[in-house]
Amino acid sequence: MAKDLIPQEMLRIDYNPPKTGWMDTPVKIKPGIYCHPAKPEKIADVGMPNPHHWNPLDEDWNLPENWQQIFFDGMRERLDKHRSFKIFMDICVRCGACADKCHFFLGSGDPKNMPVVRAELLRSIYRKEFTTAGKILGRLAGGRELTASVIKELWYYFFQCTECRRCSLFCPYGIDTAEVTIIGRELLNLLGLNINWIQEPVSNCYHIGNHLGLKPHTFKENIEFLCDDIETYVGIRINPTFNRKGAEILFVTPSGDVFADPGIYTLMGYLMIFEHIGLDYTWSTYASESGNFGFFTSFEMAKRLNAKIYAEAKRLGVKWILGGECGHMWRVIHQYMDTFNGPADFLEEPVSPITGTRFENAKSTKMVHITEFTADLIKNNKLKLDKNRNNHLKVTFHDSCNPSRAMGILEEPRYVIKNVCNYFYDMPDTTIREQTFCCGSGAGLNASENMEIRLRGGLPRANAVKYVHEKHGVNTLACICAIDRAVLPASMEYWVPGVKVAGVSELVANALIMEGEGDRTMNLRGEEIPKGEEGSDV
Amino acid sequence: MGAMISLIAVLVIILAALVGSMAGLQYVFGVILPYTGFTILLVGFVFRVLDWAKSPVPFRIPTTAGQEFSLPWIKQAKLDNPSTTMGVLGRMAFEILAFRSLFRNTKAELRSGNLIYGPAKWLWLFALAFHWAFFIIAVRHLRLFMVPVPGFVEWLDKLDSIMQIGTPPLYITDVLLIAGVTFLLLRRLMSPRIRYISLPADYFPLFLILAIATTGILMRFFIRTDIVGVKEILVGLATFHPVMPDGIGPIFFIHATLVSVLMAYFPFSKLMHLGGVFLSPTRNMANNNRMVRHVNPWNYPVKIHTYDEYEDEFRDLMKGAGIPVERE
Repeated sequence: MAKDLIPQEMLRIDYNPPKTGWMDTPVKIKPGIYCHPAKPEKIADVGMPNPHHWNPLDEDWNLPENWQQIFFDGMRERLDKHRSFKIFMDICVRCGACADKCHFFLGSGDPKNMPVVRAELLRSIYRKEFTTAGKILGRLAGGRELTASVIKELWYYFFQCTECRRCSLFCPYGIDTAEVTIIGRELLNLLGLNINWIQEPVSNCYHIGNHLGLKPHTFKENIEFLCDDIETYVGIRINPTFNRKGAEILFVTPSGDVFADPGIYTLMGYLMIFEHIGLDYTWSTYASESGNFGFFTSFEMAKRLNAKIYAEAKRLGVKWILGGECGHMWRVIHQYMDTFNGPADFLEEPVSPITGTRFENAKSTKMVHITEFTADLIKNNKLKLDKNRNNHLKVTFHDSCNPSRAMGILEEPRYVIKNVCNYFYDMPDTTIREQTFCCGSGAGLNASENMEIRLRGGLPRANAVKYVHEKHGVNTLACICAIDRAVLPASMEYWVPGVKVAGVSELVANALIMEGEGDRTMNLRGEEIPKGEEGSDV
Repeated sequence: MGAMISLIAVLVIILAALVGSMAGLQYVFGVILPYTGFTILLVGFVFRVLDWAKSPVPFRIPTTAGQEFSLPWIKQAKLDNPSTTMGVLGRMAFEILAFRSLFRNTKAELRSGNLIYGPAKWLWLFALAFHWAFFIIAVRHLRLFMVPVPGFVEWLDKLDSIMQIGTPPLYITDVLLIAGVTFLLLRRLMSPRIRYISLPADYFPLFLILAIATTGILMRFFIRTDIVGVKEILVGLATFHPVMPDGIGPIFFIHATLVSVLMAYFPFSKLMHLGGVFLSPTRNMANNNRMVRHVNPWNYPVKIHTYDEYEDEFRDLMKGAGIPVERE
């Protein structure tokens, strides 16, 4: 698909909307923009409603007979359960401050990708069905009927939102379109309308333990393969433990890092850092996924998948939990986990066994972010580092949406990178930190069949990378999110060839001087480390 | 289209008040309508806020706009990413009094294949001018409703007319209000993108407020009204002893009717953002999510795939791979 898309043509974007109003323009579903529908069996086997066969390009989506009633009842229930939803349906003044903040709008020019319109798609239904003015005045009050065509439009555009919250930052009332999308997707799920790229990982994660469906022995074997690679490149044998009772710390991370390039290098990084400091920790094959695709179906499913982490921590009797580099995993952990599945009173307040630092900010969830943990190690001189080993890397940092706008972890990764790399260049201010751009494929949209919209959505991020690539010769895009690592390589290859994607822990591990290590001529990717630049830093 | 309908609606209101007051219905337009409008505003506003408050906030979902509270040596953005109630109060104060989030606004442009972001502060500036002017004008009007006039109202009045031009002195806020509304209106009409997202409900309040401001200014400078009589009516309204002296010009009734319609329209419209901004969960919550447990009032148990079920399914594979199991 990507091969047919020519960058110059993709860049011909018209930000001026058509003359006809959006309510008068029925949705036109285009291949390349949407993901394949969820397989009915993947919906059924986690007990979610209305599994059925349908095709986005068909006229008839085989909706259940009383689909309107299901939708309205679902909407009423959620209005009563979420103040956010009710308020966000009521108070938007359509000032348009959010309009050009969405990466999908900037990349596609499709006016229905303006966050305000995305939410209006649902708001118009709300007005017609739930407000007196809308019931009486209809169109004049901005209301419209819920028809089958409207359902298609909702589905199309709610699965063209990565829930990155950039629009929310600029809204004068804090209206969070991600929240509207989350609830909109819940409503569509009541009708059995999800995408398979989300639903299959959900099913796998529920039954097997992780998105990829790695069974316990495979999960262990995969990590052991990575230990083999470490042995090859570093000369040290690491023997991690699995499901070990009595370990001090349980470590969980997205399974994407166990399996896919370049996430595996980040995972090798974790292994090396933990080995270096002698951390008493264990992996779990049961809680072998911390990324939570349930979050892209319903709050209930997110809670069901998230429950494993605390359950496993309790069973193994660990003191606290350490979490790897991931985006929405941390959104779920930071904003929902304690509420969903807490209180975690069987755990202790997290204290770094190496530095003695008490992680005050995690005293209730008992879950610490690896980047906080590493930053603290570096601050306390617990890592032996030779940052010159990363001299061939000119690094910039992509603030992953969720850790930045739902958490506020901005300084820690920069501190870590600056301590392991000599060449670090931030992208322009309007594109990083809280204003960061999405990778373009979060919230379960990282399939291959929707490559066109992925590349379009990835344009604003890529464009900012291009800026530092041209100005400073940046060749490495660091990030702290597994989805980023899965999707940014494609976006970079398309928009900014010559830039690779790496997790922060990978960069740390490459600079790490481990006790008993061999002659480090290769980095974790098996690439030769250029020699002869500046003296050793140690 | 939406703009046309809204403009016509406002003209109809003006016409109705003009014809009505000239046909001897002064009491209807000067007393009954204002009371009705005010009652609807009061009851409606309270009802809407209570209705919102009735829905719980199940999750703690602040939008974090700066560095979180983390390690002691990392400087937290206390206002943009508050972790304490004081911080939240500060964030809300900045948001409500100075439109902090709107101040952040940027404008994106595509120039020869590159996305460029520039500052975009006009909306922030005019919106702020408009809202503050509206507020001060409303407070200033208290001098017409009260005997004696409270000190702070007189003081505000003096301050507002400090740039004395002619008699009666020109109010700065009048100019700002007209400028603000005009900007907001022109923006909706001229910018294709904003016109695209605008509904009749966006134009109507703008035309209404523009008409209110215009009639108010007309009354003060051009079509002079018996101000003593007007004050008599308004004090009468405020003390629940309505009176209707003779000789009040129609312009007053048009002004009063427009204000009454605005008050009655308020609770049912987007104007409720005045109340809603205080209740927005992404802004009014501290980002202490991992520090303090947030309880969901409708939390319920869900079916999970337990470890025991998992082990039963995979025990042999686990044993084969040397992974410890609970039961052999």
